[in-house]
Amino acid sequence: MIEARNIDKYFGDHHVLRDISCEFQKGHTNLIIGQSGSGKTVLVKCLVGLFEVDNGTVIYDGRNFTEMNFENRKKVRQEIGMLFQGGALFDSMNVEENVMFPLNMFTNQSLEEKLDRVNFVLRRVNLENVNYLMPSELSGGMRKRVAIARAIAMNPQYLFCDEPNSGLDPQTSGVIDHLIQEITLEYEITTIVNTHDMNSVLSIGDSVAFIYKGELWWRGNKEEILHTENPELNAFVFGTELTSRLIKT
Amino acid sequence: MLRVFNSIGQYVILMQRVFTKPQRGTIYWKQLFEEFEHLGIESLGIVAFISVFMGAVVAIQTAYNIDSPLIPMSMVGFTVRQSVILEFSPTVISLILAGKVGSRIASEIGTMRVTEQIDALEIMGVNSANYLIFPKVTASILINPILIIFSMWLGILGGWVAMTATGLVTTSDYISGIRIDFEGYTIFYALTKTIFFAFIISSVSGFYGYQTSGGALEVGQASTKAVVVSSILIILFNLVLTQLLLT
Repeated sequence: MIEARNIDKYFGDHHVLRDISCEFQKGHTNLIIGQSGSGKTVLVKCLVGLFEVDNGTVIYDGRNFTEMNFENRKKVRQEIGMLFQGGALFDSMNVEENVMFPLNMFTNQSLEEKLDRVNFVLRRVNLENVNYLMPSELSGGMRKRVAIARAIAMNPQYLFCDEPNSGLDPQTSGVIDHLIQEITLEYEITTIVNTHDMNSVLSIGDSVAFIYKGELWWRGNKEEILHTENPELNAFVFGTELTSRLIKT
Repeated sequence: MLRVFNSIGQYVILMQRVFTKPQRGTIYWKQLFEEFEHLGIESLGIVAFISVFMGAVVAIQTAYNIDSPLIPMSMVGFTVRQSVILEFSPTVISLILAGKVGSRIASEIGTMRVTEQIDALEIMGVNSANYLIFPKVTASILINPILIIFSMWLGILGGWVAMTATGLVTTSDYISGIRIDFEGYTIFYALTKTIFFAFIISSVSGFYGYQTSGGALEVGQASTKAVVVSSILIILFNLVLTQLLLT
């Protein structure tokens, strides 16, 4: 479980996150949703320590991450897998080297063991015979899947996904969403997905946190979100042309 | 002025993170040899081209400016040797490398920053500053002196080719000029400067690449800044080191 307690974050005079407190449960796909600029990416970056919080604490299964020194944080980070918006695959490495990278850095496994693990996680994300392709030769969906494979190569306890569906068509988005949910359930990890895609919310939103202007505005799940009377959340959920037309019909 | 001090402070903090023990020795050695290729071997062509022509031009200009019959033509070889060893190879070639290697380092690391590859390293628990910059700094410090010795040799060779091609100075005069009052210390001086300049080029470029934020435009700006600041620092340290080492 990951706990965020009273988190504040400023960029200069701009108060980006305001007293955010919430818990992200183990074995659940926890979604953080909100409009662009609402502060959800900043929140995720504060949770993983890419940004330092100005107030508050982040706790990983009872371990106070905020107060840890660099060495102790490094240990916690080896339990974290993260899927970045663009995949963040290393351009100079092929798929196999990308997925093998954390294994090379942090394990003493033999080459055969590492190759077995790489092929296993690549098969797990439904990718085969792509080991020697470079990131520039992959489609957007394949990049995301390789990034997921790299993120789970070390058997993480915590998985963070920053807008996993950005730039993908709805069908591929669905595939990525279900893959994230399957992995979460299979390995019983704490998964936090940052998204503004309502399809994702309705398909994998075990737990949903709505961030509005830097504040935690609403908490619930994929069923409750459709029946809320919160006006800001309703504007976000039903704000698209498609949903307004469906409501009219 | 405050911005300058701020940048110096950030540079020092970054260097503290760069100069730590690599997390994985085997990966570090692999990276080091890759950097030898990227920063050294891939620069051989431009270094060779500039060195040969630089030596040739110095030789021709010296030969045409010797009017007095009291000055022996062997002075052409002497002048080429001194100019190339003391200044042209260590300083001018380092300035060229600041452009070629510096922009490469800054744009490579800057692109990794804006595409979140550095964030990915940090999330994994990798000291990204050490992982990305340390091999480049050590590779530059080790390979640049070799490039500069190569440049010195080619510069003197270029001078000889120009003299024999134009017939201004005979081979024996040129070679005897090269041998006049040779002091090994000049090589030590040149290589000491080279090592300082190699450190400046790789660390300053690494710093500007690492500090990049934004997109493609900012990567270009970081690359330009890296070249400009490295070049200015090379010129400044050239004066300081010359004063310290030759007086």
